[in-house]
Amino acid sequence: MQRIGVFICWCGSNIAATVDVEKVAEVIKSEPGVVYAANYQYMCSENGQQLVKQAIKEHNLTGIVIGACSPRMHEATFRKAAEAAGLNPYMVEVANIREHCSWIHKDMEEATEKAVILVRTAIAKVKLNAPLMAGESPVVKRALVIGGGIAGIQAALDIADAGFEVDIVEKNATIGGRMAQIDKTFPTLDCSACILTPKMVDCAQHEKIDILSYSEVEDVKGFVGNFNVKIRRKARFVDETKCTGCKICMEKCPSKKGLNEFNMNLNTRPAIYIPFAQAIPNVAVIDPTQCIKMKTGKCGICQKFCGVGAIDYEQKDTFIERQYGAIVVATGFKPISVDNFNEYGYNDNKDVITSLELERLMNAAGPTNGVLLRPSDGEHPKVITFIQCVGSRDTSGCGKPYCSKICCMYTAKHAMLIREKYPDTEVHVFYIDVRTPGKNYDEFFRRAVEQYGVDYIKGMVGKVYNENGKLMVQGSNLIDNEQITIESDLVVLAAAIEPEPSVRKIATLLTASIDTNNFLTESHAKLRPVESPTAGVYLAGVCQGPKDIPETVSQASACAAKVIGLLVKDKLKTNPCVATPDETMCNGCSQCANVCPYGAITYVEKEFRLGGGKTEIRRVASVNPAVCQGCGACTVTCPSGAMDLKGFSSKQIMSEVEAICKM
Amino acid sequence: MKEVEMKMLERAKALLESGEVARVVAWKKGDFCFDPSPAVFESVEELDTFVYDWFCGANLSKYLIQIAKKEGKTAVFLKPCDTYSFNQLVKEHRIDREKVYVIAVECLAKLDVEKMKAKGVSMIESVEVVDKDVHVKTAYGEETLYKPDVVLTKCETCNKTHQAKDEEIILHERPERDVNRFAEVEKLEAMTEDERFAFWRNQLSKCIRCNACRNVCPACSCVKCVFDNPASGISAKANDDQFEEQLFHIIRAFHVAGRCTDCGECSRVCPQNIPLHLLNRKFIKDIDGLYGEFQAGETTEGKTPLTSFTEGDVEPKDVFNGEAK
Repeated sequence: MQRIGVFICWCGSNIAATVDVEKVAEVIKSEPGVVYAANYQYMCSENGQQLVKQAIKEHNLTGIVIGACSPRMHEATFRKAAEAAGLNPYMVEVANIREHCSWIHKDMEEATEKAVILVRTAIAKVKLNAPLMAGESPVVKRALVIGGGIAGIQAALDIADAGFEVDIVEKNATIGGRMAQIDKTFPTLDCSACILTPKMVDCAQHEKIDILSYSEVEDVKGFVGNFNVKIRRKARFVDETKCTGCKICMEKCPSKKGLNEFNMNLNTRPAIYIPFAQAIPNVAVIDPTQCIKMKTGKCGICQKFCGVGAIDYEQKDTFIERQYGAIVVATGFKPISVDNFNEYGYNDNKDVITSLELERLMNAAGPTNGVLLRPSDGEHPKVITFIQCVGSRDTSGCGKPYCSKICCMYTAKHAMLIREKYPDTEVHVFYIDVRTPGKNYDEFFRRAVEQYGVDYIKGMVGKVYNENGKLMVQGSNLIDNEQITIESDLVVLAAAIEPEPSVRKIATLLTASIDTNNFLTESHAKLRPVESPTAGVYLAGVCQGPKDIPETVSQASACAAKVIGLLVKDKLKTNPCVATPDETMCNGCSQCANVCPYGAITYVEKEFRLGGGKTEIRRVASVNPAVCQGCGACTVTCPSGAMDLKGFSSKQIMSEVEAICKM
Repeated sequence: MKEVEMKMLERAKALLESGEVARVVAWKKGDFCFDPSPAVFESVEELDTFVYDWFCGANLSKYLIQIAKKEGKTAVFLKPCDTYSFNQLVKEHRIDREKVYVIAVECLAKLDVEKMKAKGVSMIESVEVVDKDVHVKTAYGEETLYKPDVVLTKCETCNKTHQAKDEEIILHERPERDVNRFAEVEKLEAMTEDERFAFWRNQLSKCIRCNACRNVCPACSCVKCVFDNPASGISAKANDDQFEEQLFHIIRAFHVAGRCTDCGECSRVCPQNIPLHLLNRKFIKDIDGLYGEFQAGETTEGKTPLTSFTEGDVEPKDVFNGEAK
């Protein structure tokens, strides 16, 4: 006979304000099999857990149901408590009467009725629970960092400093990412390169870090502690082990028309190139779309001049496979394309530029050697107008609904730097709001206005058009309630930022969830902000949400702490809720193996009795419980219902449905 | 047709005589000219009853699941549409390809005796087809029917070609036609929800749960069907409704989704003339629309759209909002 205990949590007023917890406990008491029901203000607290433990012992409970918050919050907590009281931890079910009930309903009577149904459902399930034992799996003591920007670099350095091996996979020819393109950083105005490049060098010199530049993650198999990752090392047509970075090839290359991506296509570079002077690795790469030798077969000048014989036009992509215990995703961002915003005339006027282009125009290593000259005629612009929120906080569908977070601060930085360097320049900024939360951020913004005399205009711009070689910026000034037109020489668009598009592929490979804006989703916004819901996958930098450099670095270090916490373990407890096939019903059709994201299903040939002394050899599914993550994809794919999931059996799900339907 | 039949018989004899195959799966004569049935021939003598004519509409591929398990090789005659089912069964490891010798045979559509009877032609003694004319000899005399009016429903929109063969017997090439197999589905889609519900409710209410559709379906090849398994928790559920048949057919349509080759056997065998193939075609049309054109049974390898997850997969919200491309 089952002896079920039910524990209803108030969650302070979170549940109790909308659900009559007393009544739920009272009604549930008379459910068949329930021998004990209680309610308490905070079931997850020390006292609450004590109540659960005591009841298990005093009433010889065989299973318990906690009516509380989402199991994603505290299922582990209550399993632990049950285990401490001598009950198998998998004899615990959580009925979510907070997120699924009290938080989304207003009417107490209705919410109470629903809470009763939800608890009843959990009771129906727990009655069919079976005690399960967790197994163990080993941990590969090596981490993979996807993306070599500041987030990836920081995470890699911290993990490596703790003594674990780290590989950085970077799709570009050098690590450094977006931060390498930036001139100065707010709010301290220290030079980006001065703080980034030493860290890049640290990575290159760290004996525990292996930088796989110009490489992409091709396939991911396995699970937390045991990821098996296939990495494509793209052909750079230069032998990385031989190239010394002397740049003679760059000087001699006759093809010089390739657009310089690092400089936001503002100038050109040779077909063989090193993205920038401080690149790590300091190794050249050939752009096959520009290389004369590769396009026509005639040239080969770089090969002739290369003193170490590093050039190899025949090089092919290669693949390597490595094992990792943890994966950090740090794929970063890109500014959105401003093509959707015709009103700002970006495509029609050379002197309408984006903020990242301005960074390059102001950078000493940029196309103008740091002298601010406008792209159309190389003249000093005398009037510069900035337009904020280009595509940010945009619910029209052209841009992004979210705030890109960094634009207010970098625009203030740009305005300030221009006024500092060229005091005769007039600077205007159109803004919706200026958002400056952060240490020393508002002080920074105020300095731009008060000390540097930047003209901030509250209002949006309707149109930018060219009139007699001048850019006319037509917008509204909401403070003075008037329409204004500013005759400008240069217009800078603070374009919204979006996750680097390749993150979609990475998310698919990792089965990591992604939101409608392609930002990777964290496990819990407050309690597990750097962990993906996929165990063993961690998130650093803008791939998880817009953030600036200080925040990115903090998050990367937080990620590293989580990774280190995982890698120091020798064994992990595996999830016992795994799939098992009923071999007598298995057709051997392979659909489950096809759908399994973890590669946990293989096939074996087994002999079956047919009756009458006859036997038959059949091909049947076999699940490796150490690899299975219990996602249940196979159970719903199996047409005969031969595959079932421990802890979430079809019978349990059906009895839950029945409990819900029974009024 | 006679020439093709003779050639097939010749090959069946040769294969059995030489011992290359232990048996041949084909069709045998019935009591009447219009009811040949699938049969296994294990000797040359048994081939006396061999037939291949305008009424051999049955898909032979599913029989191979059991028959091909026997000792030795099995030869089978497959029409173009049957080869898709065959490939799908090979893909799902239900048939060992190595143990089957596939003879691809021509098919210029098959006749539906029920449709002929509906035209008032009964007591059929023999049939001869010349182009689009079906000359029927009956006990009452001779009649000529227009062929497109009396072919099996599955043949009406068929453009299938042989996807598996070890040899072929094709004397007449079937011309490529411009047909839209989704025309009927589009009509259903154009209905309002209530109209569509009423349509299916009416159609499915005719079901007598004879299980013919399931038993003939090459995609329904489970060792133990969920509807025969009391432990599945489904067998009783399917009946637990005043409108029980809807669940049976809808569950079945879900089980074969992405695997159904559109062979049309379900509708052919239904004694109640329920257009079951339209349920499956709706799935096929949706899969084509959401995941790109896909024809089950074209190959014996690879994942199907519903059992694979790719980066470009349609977002559930777009399907829900009807915005999927």
